[in-house]
Amino acid sequence: MTLALHAEWTKLRTLASTYWLLAATAALTIAVSAAAATAFSCSPGACAPAQTGADPAKISLTGIVLGQAVVAVLAVLAVGSEYSTGMIRLTLAAMPRRLTMLAAKACVITGCVLAGSAVAVLGSLLAGWLILPGRGLTAAHGYSPLSLANGPDARAAAGSVLYLALIALLAVGVTMAVRESAVAIGLVLGVLYLFPIVSSLIPDYVLARHLEQIAPMIAGLYIQVTAGVSGLPLTPWQGLGVLALWAVGALMLGATVLKLRDA
Amino acid sequence: MTTITPYRSDLRPGHDGFAQLVHAEWTKFRTVRGWIIGLLVSVLVTVGLGLLGPLSNSSGCQRVGPKGPIGQPQSGPACGGQPTLTLGPGGEPVTDEFYFVRVSLAGDGSITVRVTSLTAPSGVIHTSNGNSIGNGPGSPGLQPWTKAGVIIRQSLQQGAPYAAMMVTHGHGARMQWNYTGDTPGQSGAAGPANPRWLRLTRSGDVITGYDSADGSNWTRVGAVTLSGLPATVQAGLFTASPDFVQVHGASTDSGSTDATAVFDHVTLADGWSAGRWTGAWMHGDTIEGDGGDYHQAGGTFTVTGSGDIAPIVAGHGGAADPFITLTDIVLGIFAGLIGISVVAAMFITGEYRRGLIRTTLAASPRRGRVLAAKAIVIGAVSFVAGLAGTAAAVLIGSAIVRHRGYAMFPAPWTADVRVIVGTGLLTGLAAVLILAVGAMVRRSAATIAIALVVIVVPYFLSVAAVLPLGVDDWLLRLTPAAGFALQGAYPVYGQVDGNYAPWNGFYPLSQLGGLAVLAAWTALALAAAVYLLRRRDV
Repeated sequence: MTLALHAEWTKLRTLASTYWLLAATAALTIAVSAAAATAFSCSPGACAPAQTGADPAKISLTGIVLGQAVVAVLAVLAVGSEYSTGMIRLTLAAMPRRLTMLAAKACVITGCVLAGSAVAVLGSLLAGWLILPGRGLTAAHGYSPLSLANGPDARAAAGSVLYLALIALLAVGVTMAVRESAVAIGLVLGVLYLFPIVSSLIPDYVLARHLEQIAPMIAGLYIQVTAGVSGLPLTPWQGLGVLALWAVGALMLGATVLKLRDA
Repeated sequence: MTTITPYRSDLRPGHDGFAQLVHAEWTKFRTVRGWIIGLLVSVLVTVGLGLLGPLSNSSGCQRVGPKGPIGQPQSGPACGGQPTLTLGPGGEPVTDEFYFVRVSLAGDGSITVRVTSLTAPSGVIHTSNGNSIGNGPGSPGLQPWTKAGVIIRQSLQQGAPYAAMMVTHGHGARMQWNYTGDTPGQSGAAGPANPRWLRLTRSGDVITGYDSADGSNWTRVGAVTLSGLPATVQAGLFTASPDFVQVHGASTDSGSTDATAVFDHVTLADGWSAGRWTGAWMHGDTIEGDGGDYHQAGGTFTVTGSGDIAPIVAGHGGAADPFITLTDIVLGIFAGLIGISVVAAMFITGEYRRGLIRTTLAASPRRGRVLAAKAIVIGAVSFVAGLAGTAAAVLIGSAIVRHRGYAMFPAPWTADVRVIVGTGLLTGLAAVLILAVGAMVRRSAATIAIALVVIVVPYFLSVAAVLPLGVDDWLLRLTPAAGFALQGAYPVYGQVDGNYAPWNGFYPLSQLGGLAVLAAWTALALAAAVYLLRRRDV
């Protein structure tokens, strides 16, 4: 396993695109988060939490909705390029234990994504911490300042990092199953972005709520909510658990295909 | 000495015109089974998502609070049958709700009033989400379009033609007619310090509106022809105050408001003379309760009223809520477009991956023409896919809506056609754009990622209400996602503060504007792709 990890790490770290995509994840996430924080406004006299319903942590972490697309691309490419170049045959010749190869690949990709998304999340929170008080979300109005020492804020931050790692695992599993980068990216981004559109489309409140409970992106992002948690269809950690189930399911599907089909 | 004759094929030389090139690209496209399946799946997903709304609607009679539905859900017919909307003279759905202090007047004449104040009575607004908001000065009680003034109506029937001169709380004096017409008069709110004089005159079918600050210097605001106006019309004073609506992302909180206007110097002249005034709250059949009141003391009328005389804005919230909109049905193209993107990207990147591009360019060395032929094939195929998926969704969806006892939000059939053709143009142009990106970056994964980030993600960010209103407007103006404006189905009315958001079918650009922005991006990308294709070795 150590050798497998080492081999996968060498393959991943010697690709220029890995660094570009990790940098893009952090840059895009922070940029969108900062834009969302800047765009927030409340009219004077109507800035109390009960009136705005604003959630400083969630606003500061808005960029994750775009950053996850880059993370998905990174994970899909890391697996899919082996299939498109035929490298996978060499890899499996060198490491005939296919599940070990998959586990090593998943670990290495997750590690990289964890590092990149930690930067993205901390940067986003820093941007929110700097910008939001100027937009009316001040202690005077009844908002506690963003701080990692604050339980819910720390949960939102750590959870967002885990969220991006789970997105990467989901993408690894899907790509292993379909073996074609283009289709895999379409599927992963489709599954992520489709559910919120569909649930906003359904007039039936009950059905829409059930849909939100199983949607990987909606449920997963409950981990960022620090205001009005009791009104959510799931608790934040249950929500992240839903995404984890999706990732595990995709990985199991990918592992089955990898095990049963010729490469 | 022998002469060597070079080899000559017996076959006649083939044509190598542009038509042959397009035919060759079409053959490449239709013989890849995966692409055809991908396209069919995109169409089916578009239709399937479009039918989710019609199949699941029950919100018409289900009250929903912040923590879920309240009470038992009811089916369509149990809520009193198919919901109906009042239609105005132009066929558009309208609200016709206000407090009316009126007289019947025959022939030509004029009515003049002075409005000395327009205020919100103190009280509490109970909102749909269960909040209570204090009414009174500076409160949300007085809406920008709270209005009071004089009105001449053809009849007392709901949706009857009318013309009115009014003062509003936030938009100055206005002349409005037949629900959709609106012309500004003098600006500024009416109050005791700056009363506003209003006058309407009738001459045959023509009603002319005037306003004045002092009652002696009159400005003509506008004249409208109400064709078929009977000899006797209903004229008088009115007050209306539209619902307050607060938008939190995709959800809204609303409540009815009322307003009180004080009129004096009420003068009937030029052929009309004062009769007996009667007051009544004008409203549709479905609403119960009291929407106003009036007192007369000497020449002073105090009129309190609620409601609005205006078109109904399509979407979710208010009177339009029980109705399925065209937008609900055609939003499924979002998913279809992802599938079409994948096919369009692979149509070009597949050539690079398999090395086929070298054969293609050897057979047809004029590279720009190759890309043009590919663009025509993928554009046409995607146009048909978008058109067919949307048309099927609209036809099947509206049939399901009728079958289940609900109704579609009233719109002329031309709106359906505009949206269906517009969606075809959206998918066709988007496919060509993605093809051009694919020709530039040559890698399938990168192409799809770029395509989804520039087309689908901005649309998602706007529609799923992740970003504040305002920011998402700019995303839908500047990015290729502006093309989704091709799905805009309903007109925006300046005289109604509605929830003009993408998820309700309103885009910051018009259909033509959206088409122009998407076409500009596509042309730019195609030009860059042709340049790179000519310049680089394959």
